[in-house]
Amino acid sequence: MSKYDYTELGLKAGLEIHQQLDSKEKLFCKCPTLIRDTKESNFEFFRYLRATESEMGEKDRAAVEQTKIRRKYIYRAYDSTCLIENDEEPPREINREALGISLGVSKLFNMKPVDRMNIMRKIVVDGSNTSGFQRTAFLAGDGYIETPLGHCGMDSLCVEEEAAQKIEEVGDTIIYSLDRLGIPLVEIATAPDIKSPKQAREVAEYIGMVLRSTGKVKRGLGTIRQDINISIAKGARVEIKGVQALDLIEEIVAREVERQVKLLDMREELLARKAFVCEEVYDATGLFQDTRSKVLLKGMKNGVILAAHLKGFDGYVGREVQPGRRLGTEFSDRAKTAGVGGLFHTDELPNYGITEKEVQALKDAIGAKEDSAVIMVAAEPEKARLAIEAVIKRAQEVLTGIPEETRKALPEGNSSYMRPLPGAARMYPETDVPPVEISRKYYECIETPELLTERAKRFTTDYELNPELSNKIAYSKDLPLFENLIENYRKDELVGATLIARTLVGLVPELRRSGVDVDALKEEHFAGVFAAISAGEIAKEAIQELLTALTKEPDTPVPEVISNLGLSAFDPAEIETFIEGLVRERREFILDKGPAALGPLMGMVMKEYRGKVDGKILSQLLKTEINKFISQS
Amino acid sequence: MEIKQGDWVRVEKDGTVYEGKVMPSAEGYVTLKMNSGYNAGFLEAEVTITLLESKPEEPEVAEGAAEKRALKVSSELPAKRSEKLPKVAILSTGGTIASKIDYRTGAVSSQFTADDILSAIPELREIADFKGRVISSILSENMESSSWENLAKAVVEEIEAGADGIIITHGTDTMMYSAAALSFMIETPVPIVFVGSQRSADRPSSDNAMNAICAALVAISDIAEVSVVMHGTTSDDYCEVHRGTKVRKLHTSRRDAFKSVNSKPLAVVDYDSRKIETLIAHTRRGEVPLKFKPGMETKCALVKFTPGADPAILDYYLEAGYKGIVIEGTGLGHVSTKWIPSIEKATEAGIPVVITSQCLNGRVCDRVYDTGRDMLKAGALEGEDMLPETALVKMMWVLGQTGAFEEAVELLGADLSGEITGCTLQ
Repeated sequence: MSKYDYTELGLKAGLEIHQQLDSKEKLFCKCPTLIRDTKESNFEFFRYLRATESEMGEKDRAAVEQTKIRRKYIYRAYDSTCLIENDEEPPREINREALGISLGVSKLFNMKPVDRMNIMRKIVVDGSNTSGFQRTAFLAGDGYIETPLGHCGMDSLCVEEEAAQKIEEVGDTIIYSLDRLGIPLVEIATAPDIKSPKQAREVAEYIGMVLRSTGKVKRGLGTIRQDINISIAKGARVEIKGVQALDLIEEIVAREVERQVKLLDMREELLARKAFVCEEVYDATGLFQDTRSKVLLKGMKNGVILAAHLKGFDGYVGREVQPGRRLGTEFSDRAKTAGVGGLFHTDELPNYGITEKEVQALKDAIGAKEDSAVIMVAAEPEKARLAIEAVIKRAQEVLTGIPEETRKALPEGNSSYMRPLPGAARMYPETDVPPVEISRKYYECIETPELLTERAKRFTTDYELNPELSNKIAYSKDLPLFENLIENYRKDELVGATLIARTLVGLVPELRRSGVDVDALKEEHFAGVFAAISAGEIAKEAIQELLTALTKEPDTPVPEVISNLGLSAFDPAEIETFIEGLVRERREFILDKGPAALGPLMGMVMKEYRGKVDGKILSQLLKTEINKFISQS
Repeated sequence: MEIKQGDWVRVEKDGTVYEGKVMPSAEGYVTLKMNSGYNAGFLEAEVTITLLESKPEEPEVAEGAAEKRALKVSSELPAKRSEKLPKVAILSTGGTIASKIDYRTGAVSSQFTADDILSAIPELREIADFKGRVISSILSENMESSSWENLAKAVVEEIEAGADGIIITHGTDTMMYSAAALSFMIETPVPIVFVGSQRSADRPSSDNAMNAICAALVAISDIAEVSVVMHGTTSDDYCEVHRGTKVRKLHTSRRDAFKSVNSKPLAVVDYDSRKIETLIAHTRRGEVPLKFKPGMETKCALVKFTPGADPAILDYYLEAGYKGIVIEGTGLGHVSTKWIPSIEKATEAGIPVVITSQCLNGRVCDRVYDTGRDMLKAGALEGEDMLPETALVKMMWVLGQTGAFEEAVELLGADLSGEITGCTLQ
């Protein structure tokens, strides 16, 4: 049972799903959508970014905060990237394949497209886009989906370019890899119709299923990301970014509700205590001239110690807002935006080599009473000032409510502060790319793929696969391979859908686990294997051995590998001779038992041919021979 | 009902409702800026539009925004016109460094003034005491030789009024022509620095800030020459300072499109340390007195020779009354033998013909092959290691100074402003 009654709290959540598309080329250039190993980078350059004004003459608050520190962005380029990724050439026209995939997705969500898609620049100054903005376009809106827990509106579908991948952060320098920059993605935002953590997960799963149904989305880690917008009635909208695993969604929602509830409780108590945040910044450097605290000494080298006085906050800074995260952690997140490593607060002192005496001296110096908390930052003067001011601002917000902000999902389900929620000021038109007309005719020509859920059902009825296997193959990345293979064998006596499905989603993963390089296997290998089985040349029991051999010599034709392994040494004539001999030899037994002799004799045949010839074939041959013998006798 | 730009409206299409502010749009469409910041276009004929809130009758949005910006800057940066800082005049002529989005056309245009540049790049105010002056607001492809003269005149006025350095913001397409023109027209005791940007000023990655800061550092430096200051590499590491007569745009889009040809750059400016390192000899501050020598002959042409090109091309210019011709020849400076009679016709008519090379790098030498020797016999002048464009501007200026053929030939062969070097760059 959950700790909270989400209905009573007025929980509202919406999802924003980013899914990379598997188009051949990037969204605004002709480069392949290929992820590279950074070691293969053949060129490097660096840039700085500045917050600029929108066409309305405003600067985006998130952009302003992010450019407080002058960061250096190093970019790694490849032989598969070009000047467009380097922000050294205007973009090409939007990639039509990606647009087609996106429109197909919008149909599956019952959305309606605009008549003319305008490409915008969304200011992003964390360096993840060389240009300082992400190109994005609103394509469709006003859709919906239905899942067991209810109806959920689908507010918008945008086509966007993927950002560059962060490789490393060293001090004020961040290294990005440009291979990912520009890969097309769809950003799908639901309406805030989600009312429980469980529903959030269900909606995310459904959207993921629909996206995979297109067969045109990238698969694997990092190719889909979920952001969650969460608010409770008395709280505020918070966007939690970068949830990579579906399993975390419920926990993230639950813990954000917890955070907001706890912060609101604190607010009530603090107001009752007449808590107050002093705006004054105190320079406490002089008080710590003789300190033995290594962290402080390190911060004071070329720097200062600045302090803030939070009246009535004693005991609250150390209080948990999420498991393992305290109010002090929230303060620290903000301080870090100024480029400092962290902060000290009196709820955790004495500690870190800072003595009780020093704490008392500090409190006395700034006139802090028993019930006050004091926050300290030790860093270079400018950074320290920005950091302590950020803390004071956050402390003031504790007394007013929940701040609207963008947060980063942490692995265990918590989240940490990233930046303020960006506003509309961060969008302005991308003038280098003309708007794209989405005519009704064009839209109607876009085909919608069959949903994976429907496909799985169809597999059960059409191919008589059991439901579990149907689901597995429908959701597998080998679905296209399965569909190509099944085309030839759906009525085959020896191959059949179950054998193909089991091979692809059962045997192959098993081989992978045991260290076989199954990635070397291509469609022609599977086709060759099943053709040999269908022709009775090998037994289905030989698949494992044959596939393993094929991974080692993928360029050798399948029949040759079969022959090399001695799998095809048994021609039908030889088997027939063997069976005839056996029947002759055991004729007394057969005359005695009649057709029931098949079972025991089959055992003897299998002993000879197990793994080499399909049991079905053997059984058929033996049966024919026995019947022939009985009828002749 | 009349819907106008800036109105807040509701648009309904097939039961779907969008709300937003009306933006400029293509014919037949209504474009909304929605709350999310996204713009979306709808076919006017297929939607119902309801006016929710009329745009308040106020001064133009653009003006309002500019005012707000100006106020903001003055409140943030108390106008401490420090007497200690050198005085630098920023003359803006338009171009990408001074560009922003034009909502009427949806394209980038030059509407930015010198003051806008200062407010966008506040660091500039720590380097010098700036005075802004708008000369024109045109993209550089629309410039003419009269624009160069107006610009030169304004520069001279600012130097006379006490400027310690001049910055000219300029579109990059024809910056090298303007820089060459000012090199010939002005003998300067202070730095005259051309600067532009290859990425528009509205984007966070624009090269405008670094280029402008480096240009300001050059403007207060000892390099009293007409120069072009632009990115040295694709990184934000340093700018190169190119001599105005030796610089060429060699890439359509990269930040480091400008390169010195047949010369090292005058200097490099390190962006982080703000230090200038000079690479070759230059005229020093105060070394020469200010001298303004306007006058440009517009009837001059730069003609590119291509294989099989008809000599009638050259004849056309002679018949059309052109006064000077620069030929961009092949290799060491060649045209086909068929062209030689036309060259002779020109020089006999008192029309100087200067030969430059399509190779750009290296020096013209018409004494190696027969064709070249015949060209010289026909009166063609070797353009040495001059860039073809510089040679054209020099021709215009020389013929603007003198009508005498002999004198013109002498000037064309001499190094007037660093356009011809004695020793070819290794």
